[in-house]
Amino acid sequence: MTEDHSELSDVERRVRALETVLTQKGYIDPAALDVLIDTYQTKVGPRNGARVVARAWVDPAFRERLMRGATAAIAELGYSGRQGEQMIAVANTPGRHNIVVCTLCSCYPWPVLGLPPVWYKSAPYRSRLVRDPRGVLAEFGVMLPASTEIRVWDSTAEVRYLVIPERPAGTDGLSEEALVALVTRDSMIGTGLPRAVGET
Amino acid sequence: MPYVSHADIGGRSGFGPVVLEPGGAVFHATWEPRVHAMTLALGATGSWNLDMARSARETLPDYLNLTYYEIWLGGLEKLLIGKRLVTPDELTAGCMQHAPAPVARVLEADQVAAVLEKGAPTERAPAGPARFKPGQRVRARATPADHHTRLPGYVRGKTGVIERVLGAHVFADSHARGLGEDPQWLYTVVFDAAELWGSEAIPGHSVSFDAWQPYLEAA
Repeated sequence: MTEDHSELSDVERRVRALETVLTQKGYIDPAALDVLIDTYQTKVGPRNGARVVARAWVDPAFRERLMRGATAAIAELGYSGRQGEQMIAVANTPGRHNIVVCTLCSCYPWPVLGLPPVWYKSAPYRSRLVRDPRGVLAEFGVMLPASTEIRVWDSTAEVRYLVIPERPAGTDGLSEEALVALVTRDSMIGTGLPRAVGET
Repeated sequence: MPYVSHADIGGRSGFGPVVLEPGGAVFHATWEPRVHAMTLALGATGSWNLDMARSARETLPDYLNLTYYEIWLGGLEKLLIGKRLVTPDELTAGCMQHAPAPVARVLEADQVAAVLEKGAPTERAPAGPARFKPGQRVRARATPADHHTRLPGYVRGKTGVIERVLGAHVFADSHARGLGEDPQWLYTVVFDAAELWGSEAIPGHSVSFDAWQPYLEAA
């Protein structure tokens, strides 16, 4: 096997073949693919959602707007569009924890969280979360008090959910920018909690 | 031939623990973002809709043995062949062998930002008043659908409560079959875990899903 492309796997060859055919037939603009790839690798990610959460922590009026009409409130910060056309924010409280899943595919709020991590789209997460949320949370290292209610949101339609985690204790003096750094992607899906101050 | 979705796995056992990776990787290989981008670009040609794409993916016979972007790749090839935009021999050869078929439009690089910003909102004007109100008890349809649906198997026949009315939306079951948008009222329906899982349910656990009105009957 000494051909030029012997280092390519079967799937890489298949993708290359497809892209070549589509380009030759004029169905895709290769430059548009580059823009799409760059958008989801460098421009859109969970930092967007973290800004929404931190704003909700410091600005009660924003939080109120966010809980009543998340799509418009999130758009105030400049995040909107594909896979975030209709957003709902669900807030954790001391007695209640929210977690999001898409059991049927991989629905996920792209404008605020970027593309979903591999585990979110995997069969173990999709199959088990609705049935055994505490078991799944334990695999993420999250242990909640037995008295905490757990709501699992299965995003089966085109509504996309963003979890608003509780603001960590001991953060009263922190700036909004410092709070952004505490908000993890997993804490906005519900499989994690925000970082504590000083935790990396 | 009956319609079989291999994607409806909520509540099923046997898939093992969740595998976590450092940093929560989104892609595993450089071909994966290319497949993602090709899927978005081809979707923008208007040759099929989102629900048709989901249907193409979930009916791949080896769905459960494929990685996520292998599913997207297989779904995209299937849609392209089904719409006669490409032929299997072209995919094997890796080059064009037949004249292109017309497509409604081609996504250009300078249009990407605007197209993503616009998105594809699914809310529509309702055809009539909503049948259910928050607090009302409803039962999810018990019979499996013989076509693409967004009613997960684990809630079929189960009784829950309407929590929120989400407006009228493009009905996935009709849209996937080329029957038009057929807007229907959409609701968040919440189930107590005990209704879904019986004695293994833990106290204080509830599950909600978003259900179009035809999925539901008064309970």
